[in-house]
Amino acid sequence: MRALAHLSRCAAMAIGMTSVSAGVGAAQEAVAHFGATAGGPAFLLRGTTDIAAFEPVLDAFATTVPGISITYEQWGSNDLDRVTRAGCLDGGTDADLVISSAVDLQVRLVNDGCAQPHRSEATSRLPREANWRDEVFGVTQEPAVIVYNREQVRPDEIPYSRFDLIDLLRPPGTRFAGRVATYDIETSGLGYLFAFADSQQATTFGSLLEAFGRSGAVATCCSAEIIDGVAEGKWLIAYNVLGSYALAHAAKDRRIGVIAPHDYTLVLSRAAMIPKWSRQPELAGSFIDFLLSDDGRRALAASRLVASFGDPDGSDFELTEAAETSLRPIALSPTLLVGLDQHKRAQFLDRWSTSFEAR
Amino acid sequence: MPRHAISLTRRLAIAVVLVMAAGGVVVALAALAYGRQAAQEAYDRLLIGAANQIAASILIRDGQLAVDIPVPAFDLLALAEDDRVIYRVVGQDAVTVTGYDGVPLPPPADGDVVYYGASFAGESVRLVSVRRRFAERAFSGSVDVIVGQTTRARDALAAEIARSALIVLGAAGVCMAGLAAFAIRSALSPLRQIERDLLARDPRDLTPLDIAVPREIGAIVSAINRFMVRLERQVSVMRNLIADSAHQLRTPIAALRAQAELARDENDPVRQQAIALRIHERAVGLGRLTDQLLSHALIIHRADTVPRARIDLRVAALRAVEDCDQGDINAGAKLRLDLPEDPVWVRGDTLSLSEACKNLVTNAQRHGAPPITVEVALEEQEARLCVRDLGRGMPEEHWADAGRRFARSAGVAPDRAGLGIAIVQAVATAHAGSLRFGRTDGGAFEAALVIPADPDDRMAT
Repeated sequence: MRALAHLSRCAAMAIGMTSVSAGVGAAQEAVAHFGATAGGPAFLLRGTTDIAAFEPVLDAFATTVPGISITYEQWGSNDLDRVTRAGCLDGGTDADLVISSAVDLQVRLVNDGCAQPHRSEATSRLPREANWRDEVFGVTQEPAVIVYNREQVRPDEIPYSRFDLIDLLRPPGTRFAGRVATYDIETSGLGYLFAFADSQQATTFGSLLEAFGRSGAVATCCSAEIIDGVAEGKWLIAYNVLGSYALAHAAKDRRIGVIAPHDYTLVLSRAAMIPKWSRQPELAGSFIDFLLSDDGRRALAASRLVASFGDPDGSDFELTEAAETSLRPIALSPTLLVGLDQHKRAQFLDRWSTSFEAR
Repeated sequence: MPRHAISLTRRLAIAVVLVMAAGGVVVALAALAYGRQAAQEAYDRLLIGAANQIAASILIRDGQLAVDIPVPAFDLLALAEDDRVIYRVVGQDAVTVTGYDGVPLPPPADGDVVYYGASFAGESVRLVSVRRRFAERAFSGSVDVIVGQTTRARDALAAEIARSALIVLGAAGVCMAGLAAFAIRSALSPLRQIERDLLARDPRDLTPLDIAVPREIGAIVSAINRFMVRLERQVSVMRNLIADSAHQLRTPIAALRAQAELARDENDPVRQQAIALRIHERAVGLGRLTDQLLSHALIIHRADTVPRARIDLRVAALRAVEDCDQGDINAGAKLRLDLPEDPVWVRGDTLSLSEACKNLVTNAQRHGAPPITVEVALEEQEARLCVRDLGRGMPEEHWADAGRRFARSAGVAPDRAGLGIAIVQAVATAHAGSLRFGRTDGGAFEAALVIPADPDDRMAT
C-alpha cells in the first residue's frame, strides 16, 4: 500500500494539478495529490471527507505553503480509526493529520493517548465543545438534516421538526409508510452517532422510534444512496442526513429539499487530530489553523462543510427566531465514549432494531 | 571610634527575615499540601459519583451482567474538562465485562470503595473502584466498577488553590515585614533616648540616669548608673585625698617652718641644737606622713583598679612582717607570727593587704605594748588577719568610726596615729570586708582585718 501511495504521488504531474485514483488498497477509498510533486515537505492527510468536497480546501492550503506536496487519502471511518490506532500502538508510519466525521472514534483515540497537542491563537478561540485537550478540534459545521422530495411532498406536509415528522407518520395508512429512510445505525457509524445523540436530546426520540417502527421506515446505508433515493422518489423523506452532502446534492438537484429541524438541530464538527507519531506536526497544526481561518472557512463553506445558519448574507437554512438555541453541537468530550461502550452499544442497537422489526 | 558589631537593627532584621522565610516555607509547603488535598477530594467526588452511577446501572439480564452506562456519569467526569477518562467493569474472576481491558485493578483492600493511583497510556491517573454485590437467583457475587481520570484538572486546581494561598501569604508577609520594621524601631527607641540623655548632660554631672525604660534596657541603664557611681566615688575619693593631704601636710609644714625660723633667730648654740633636734623629729614625722598619704592613695587606687587574684593571706602577712622587721628595729620589739599550717585563700591584692597589715603593726608598735602578734586565721567563711598587742589600745568609743576619724581629724601629730587606720579601713572596704577591734580574754587589744574567704579550690582553672 505504501508503494502504491508512492506511485500515485509520482503520478501527480504538475503544481496545482489534481489526480484521483479511486479504490487504491483494501482500506482507503481514494487518494489525491495536491501541490508540488517534489522538493517541498510531504504531508499525508487521511480523512473521511469525499475528495471532491475537500478539494477546494486542499488546493487553497497548498498555495499557502510553498513546495508542499499533500497526499490526501479518503478512508471509511471505521477503517481510518483502525489504521490510526494501529499506527499509534506500534509507533509506525502514520498520517500527519487525521480528519474524521466519526468524532466519537476520534475522541477515543485522543482518550487513549494517540494524539499530540496543538495550541495556537485559532484553536484557543474555538468554543469548548470544539476543542478537547488541545488535541482534537472540530473543524467543520455540518447539521443533521431532514431531506425531502420537493415534487412529491406537498408544502403543507414539509416536516420542519421532528413533531411534524411524527405527525406525518401517525395516521393509519399514511402514504409516508415505508417511504421514510434513515441510516442503518448498525452499519453506519455516523447514523449511530446521530441516533445516540438524539436519544440524549429529548423524549421525542422514543416517539420517533415508535413512529418509525409503526410506519415501516427504512434503515439503509450511506448518505449518497439515501439522497439519491429521495431524489428519485423511492423515499419521500430521509431523516438525520449529513447536511453537507444533502446541501451539495440540493444545489445540483432541484428535486431535493433540505430542512434543519426547528425543534433542535444536531451539528457535527469533523474532528481533526494530529497523531502521536506525525512527522509533520507543525504542518498539521498550520493546516488546522488554516481550516479555522477566514480563508479556510470560506473554502469549507463552498463545499457546504461549514453550513451557515440565519446569516443575513444568505444562509443555507432559514431558521426561526429561536434558531441559535436550537443548534446542538455534538461536543468533543469523553461523554462520546459512552456510545462506544460495547454494552451500551449492544443495548442501543437492540432497542433500535426491536423498533424497526415491530412493524 | 568605638568598634562596631553588627547593628541591632540589622540583627533583628536578619532574625525577622529568617523567621519569616522559615515560616513562609513551612506555610507554603502546607498550602501546597492543602491545595493538593482539596483538589484530590473535589475530583474524587466526581469519580465516586460516576462510579456509583455506573454501578447502579448494572443489571442481570438472562443470567448475564449488562451494563447500561448512563451518559450523566460521563457528563460528571467531563467536568474535569481536559482529563482523559478510563473505566472498566470487572465481574467474577477479574473478567472484564466492559470498558478498557488495560485499566489497572485496585490493590487488595477491605472496603468496597478503593481510591488508588496508577499510570495509563503514559499519563498518571487517579482511579476509584466501587464494589457492588449481587445476590440473585441468576447471578451471585460482586462486580467492581473502576473509573479513573488523568490528573490535569486536579493538578490545575491544586496549583490554583496553592497560588491563591501563596498570594495571601505573600501579602501577609509584606504586612508582617512592615509591622516588624515598626516594632524594631519602637523597641530600639529607648536606646536612642539614652544616647540623647547622655549627650545632653553636663560633663560633670555624674548623677544616675533617670529615664523610664523597658525592663530589658533597664539592665543597660543600671550598668551605666553603677559605672557612674563608681566614677563618682573615685572622683570624690580623689577629691577627699587631695583635701586631706593638703590639710594634714599644712600643719606639720607650718610647724617646721616655725621651728626653722626659731632656729634662725636663736643665738644660743645649745638651744639652737635642741631646736635642730626638734626640726629633725618633725621632718621624720613629716616623711612618715607623706609615706602614709601616698600609700593611702595607692591602696585606694589599687582597690578600684587591680583585679582580684586568688592569694594566700599568709603570704601577705609574712611580707608585712618582713618589711616591719627591717624598718623598725629601733622599736626593739620582735614580732610574733602565728600562721596556720594550711593556706588561707582569699580573693584580693597581696600588696594592699600587706600594706594594711604593716599599718596595723606600725600602729601597735607606736601605741601598744609588746609583745605584738600577727595572726592569720580561717573562721568558716571569713579570713582574719589580726594584730594583737598588750597596750591599752584605742578607746572603745572610737572603734566604730576609727577609719574616718583618723583620716579626717585635724592636727594629727606626725608621730601619732596617722592615716594608718584609714588605709586599713580602705583596704577592708575594697575587699568587701571590715575592720574590727576587740579585746581578747587575756586583755590584749586586737585589730582585725576580716575579709571573705575563698576556700573553693580552683587552682586548676
